[in-house]
Amino acid sequence: MSGLVQRKVGTSLGLFLLLSGVLHAAKIGELVDTSWTEQAVRFWHFTDPAVRYAFLGSLFMGISCGLLGGFIVVRKLALVGDTLSHAVLPGVAFGFLWAGGKDVWTIFIGATIAGLLGTTLVSLIVRTTRIREDSALGMVLAGFFAVGVCLLTIIQNLEMSGKAGLDKFMFGQAAALAEADILMMGVVAAAALILVFFLYKEFLILSFDRAFGAALGLPVRILDGLLMFLLACSVVISLQACGVVLVSAMLITPAASAYLLTDRMHRLLATSVVFGCATGVLGSFFSFLGNNLPTGPFMVIAASLVFFLTFLFAPRYGIIPRRLRWRGQCKRVALENTLKAVYHALEIKKFSDRHVTLGELAQRRNTSTILVKQEVDALVRERLAFISAEKSGSLLEEQALLLDHKGWVRACEIVRNHRLWEFYLTHEADYAVDHVHEDAEKIEHILGESAVRALERKLNFPRKDPHGKLIPSLEDIHYGNF
Amino acid sequence: MQAETSNISGVAPLEVHDLTVSYHKKPVLYGVDLEVPAGQLVGIIGPNGAGKSTFIKTVMGLIKPSSGWVKLFGKPYKKALNRVGYVPQRESVDWDFPVSVYDVVMMGRYGHLGVGRRPRRQDHAIVEECIDRVKLTPYRNRQISNLSGGQQQRVFLARALAQESDLYFMDEPFAGVDAATEAAIVELLQELKRKGKTILVVHHDLPTAKQYFDSLILLNMRLIAFGKTEEVFNYELLQKTYGGRLTILSEVAEAVAGETFSGDL
Repeated sequence: MSGLVQRKVGTSLGLFLLLSGVLHAAKIGELVDTSWTEQAVRFWHFTDPAVRYAFLGSLFMGISCGLLGGFIVVRKLALVGDTLSHAVLPGVAFGFLWAGGKDVWTIFIGATIAGLLGTTLVSLIVRTTRIREDSALGMVLAGFFAVGVCLLTIIQNLEMSGKAGLDKFMFGQAAALAEADILMMGVVAAAALILVFFLYKEFLILSFDRAFGAALGLPVRILDGLLMFLLACSVVISLQACGVVLVSAMLITPAASAYLLTDRMHRLLATSVVFGCATGVLGSFFSFLGNNLPTGPFMVIAASLVFFLTFLFAPRYGIIPRRLRWRGQCKRVALENTLKAVYHALEIKKFSDRHVTLGELAQRRNTSTILVKQEVDALVRERLAFISAEKSGSLLEEQALLLDHKGWVRACEIVRNHRLWEFYLTHEADYAVDHVHEDAEKIEHILGESAVRALERKLNFPRKDPHGKLIPSLEDIHYGNF
Repeated sequence: MQAETSNISGVAPLEVHDLTVSYHKKPVLYGVDLEVPAGQLVGIIGPNGAGKSTFIKTVMGLIKPSSGWVKLFGKPYKKALNRVGYVPQRESVDWDFPVSVYDVVMMGRYGHLGVGRRPRRQDHAIVEECIDRVKLTPYRNRQISNLSGGQQQRVFLARALAQESDLYFMDEPFAGVDAATEAAIVELLQELKRKGKTILVVHHDLPTAKQYFDSLILLNMRLIAFGKTEEVFNYELLQKTYGGRLTILSEVAEAVAGETFSGDL
């Protein structure tokens, strides 16, 4: 590749681009004959410089987009990122026209200026008129993009050399990245990493509480501008790899996935970078497999897939774990209600007998024996109780249930929670005695041991609930003072 | 009032001279003059839209005044940054933001750290202590949306404590908090006062205002009164502050906004 660089310096730029265009065309022609397995092997061996560049380019894109995307998502600026990424297109065209060819840095500068111009225009519209931000964003996005598309079409029709790479800006082609592109991407990724590392706490406070940051004397405007500038740079370097149309997804989707996985900003940024890199590399891999299909869509599909997985399975915020937790809770409440019914049935018999028949339970629960049998089966499965064979009769309602020690303790605790709460409501919150049962039915399942201790202390260890029944204390439960 | 001006340096923590603030040419505060002596707990009261938040934000340099000046400890704001603490309104931030209680309180130390510097051992110690003072130690690693309104307010308070300032501005710290938190905040304010700190609190509840604060700033687009609570908390002044909302002032303000009034404000 150093030969290429020398040639670039030595010969005219147009000739170079023409040459590289021819080389590129030859490469694609050669790829058509290979099978996808060979392509996969070629990709992961990294012997092909095009593959190495595609890989490095995806990594650099993942780092800068992941980092800046993290801030964009938590600051609710996703649409700003989207607008900025579309607004860069006319800058790409102008950069191309200015340099008279596909010069990396001219296009970089042109695109960055166009992007920042677009966002500045949005804030100008919002500040000076009654148009709100969403409309301003929508207009600027479409307007700039339209200008860009027109200019690119004009360029395609011009009698000009070196237009070959320009179509790659639309949907991205990681395998078409050249050494100069990689260098530029590396510089921006490194700058983003270094700045976010050293200015992490400044960016954090700017994003969380801008006014407080300003009150501390931080230069919030400069920091804002710096973050916007880094964002524009990240978008621009990602254009050739991912394309103008979809690059905003590489800002938003990895960071949004990370937001579902963590509650701390630094972890969010790290996760977002990992997702950005991984989906970028996967995208260019699949594009390579399919003989260099556009890379952008594959990257975005990979990123969306990651998001979908976190949406389903993220431990805390994913919908399936949340659903499971909820179902687990329902199951626990059902078990505890059965245990409570057993306790009540025993209490009626003044604890003279340790067995309860299903018939007694059904009466207590006011349902059929069959339903009670299902509930009891659940208790038996959880080893909280068992059916005593010797005490049972032949009929279903004559089956005798005996609580295991664990089940007995839990039953006492639930009854205690219920009665303690009733006592609390009537004595401390001035509820009428006949108004407290419903509330206690819910609270009994939620009260933790430390809350119970605090309640007991506060109420001075009450023995009887408002209805005159025993509130079993720890001692009662474990030493069976019944 | 003069008797209490005797603070260590002899310079008032806050001096405001002829302060006028406008939004889009529409004045919201007119010619406020006041000098707050050290070691006072001062309430800022007035109806909605009276410019209470605008006042403290302007004093802290967050909003540029259209005329007048502010001195903090005898200096312009930029030179007194590290002696000023701030508790913004609770609704001003996104509580789903991925930070823990500890992270937020640490932000109070940022003013003492240079740009690009990491917190030092002593900063961590101070943060721990401030979290403990507002009784949030069991919640220190929680994400901030998993807190009650009162606990969230205490997070902001702890952050202001971590600033270790001499002058505090608090924007409605009592808004939407439970009774226990309200009592805890009052206790904390008293403690700060005993240490010689000066605290200005935007407050919306008149009955408690009388009870909590040494002095009151009565504000309704202009300074109605500033003085000891027992002196200014009376019917005439409150009537002047809250009654007759459509005074000549707001009419002039409307006129200026409509550019029919061409005077320079």
